Amino acid sequence: MMLSTVTVLVAFIFQGCFAKVDLPALPYDYKALEPIISSKTLEFHHDKHHAKYVATTNSMITEDSGLSDAPLEEIMKQSYGKNAGLYNNAAQAWNHAFYWNCMKKKGGGKPTKQKKLMSLIKTSFGSFDAFLEEFSNAANTAFGSGWAWLVFDSETGQLMVTKTIGAENPMNVNPNWAPLLTCDVWEHAYYLDYQNLRPTYTESFLSKLVNWDFVAANLETASAKSSTQEVGSEL
Amino acid sequence: MKLSVALSILAISPVAAWHMSADVPSGKSRRDIISKGVAFAAAVPTIANAYTVPDLPYAFDALEPYIDAPTMKIHHDKHHATYVANINKATEGKPEVPILDLMADALDAGAARNSGGGHYNHAFFWELMEAPDKAKNSKLSAQLEELINKSFGSMDEMKSQFEAKAAPGATFGSGWVWVVVNQKGDALSIVNTPNQDNPLMKGVLSEGIMLPILGIDVWEHAYYLKYQNRRPEYVSNWWNVVNWDKVSENCAYVVENHVGVSVKG
Repeated sequence: MMLSTVTVLVAFIFQGCFAKVDLPALPYDYKALEPIISSKTLEFHHDKHHAKYVATTNSMITEDSGLSDAPLEEIMKQSYGKNAGLYNNAAQAWNHAFYWNCMKKKGGGKPTKQKKLMSLIKTSFGSFDAFLEEFSNAANTAFGSGWAWLVFDSETGQLMVTKTIGAENPMNVNPNWAPLLTCDVWEHAYYLDYQNLRPTYTESFLSKLVNWDFVAANLETASAKSSTQEVGSEL
Repeated sequence: MKLSVALSILAISPVAAWHMSADVPSGKSRRDIISKGVAFAAAVPTIANAYTVPDLPYAFDALEPYIDAPTMKIHHDKHHATYVANINKATEGKPEVPILDLMADALDAGAARNSGGGHYNHAFFWELMEAPDKAKNSKLSAQLEELINKSFGSMDEMKSQFEAKAAPGATFGSGWVWVVVNQKGDALSIVNTPNQDNPLMKGVLSEGIMLPILGIDVWEHAYYLKYQNRRPEYVSNWWNVVNWDKVSENCAYVVENHVGVSVKG
């Protein structure tokens, strides 16, 4: 029951029911993720960085472009490979909203309650530890500014880890990919708390912050969409 | 065979391959050698982990209040040191060449791009800066002043264009912004490069290889502790620590030699 409520919430937020892009509130207090992520970091990260991406996206969407009423994902799709400035800001708006939800107070550990997710992690990576290693590696080796992702591949029905540079979102790299989990590894995400020690941030993110309920809800949405498409193609 | 290899290195490289004997005491004397541009005749290039993190030419707090001491310390002792460690790992067992020499073909050479570029860029960057009270008295050479006026109209205009290029929208994510001299040596322009790429690397700029005389690091680690998201403030403050004597020296060197500036380490 809880899972389907979360799923609906997820769908609501990420299908962009707003005419202009909104800055969603953090799903928790600034202090909620301490000591792993400081309240100072969350303040700057949300109130300055994320806010700026939203504001810039809105200023770039004009009446003429036909995108002024479009959901964020549509803006990303239309601008990808065509309008770098708009894509960068729109995608960053999406990425950050997604990232906040990927974390929670006293998160992390293993998704033992989320059976379908855990099972798919095991079949896709061999073991949960193997997934952790692959995700950490992606996060730690994304050179410069980027993101590490766990995605659902609707073509294979499996999970994969990928990393992107700058604002790039896996949905735009491959339309078969649905993001389930992300970790922001732009330096602004961790510099006040960890400075150069990105691997420590990554490890702490995985072991103490990941909101596995959210990840599982994303998997529900992604696999539901995927099976709808399959049914459609058989008709 | 070894002699002909050595001779061809001497012929190709403006800074010749040299012999690092166990007696050469420290990175310091080797740095002096590099900075004076003295070519050493090499019978046989010695294989060694060559690169070192050059000392800053000033104390960690010298650039305050424009760049804070903690940033200088971490930037130098951690970030730059990591690039050096990684390029050493990647070049282990290979003949020793100055880091400048790895730049042209860096895009084809794996670690040379990210780690080699990282080492060169930071070594270049430290030397461009000095304490604000000294920087205030540093001067543009007549040559550099003329090039600036010819290429941009004025110093103010150059600074304005530079700051615009360094803005988060123009250099998105991690990268550097540079004032470069063209190959002919008769004009300046402002370019940006992503991550640890630089204008000396073939294939990075559509214009081809350009020769940096000045550059700023706009990776977030360069300014986040003090400025957080306020990159424009970091960049506009940065002029207070630029050593124009050194920039003028860089300009004279690249215009005359049509190659990039050598760096320490």
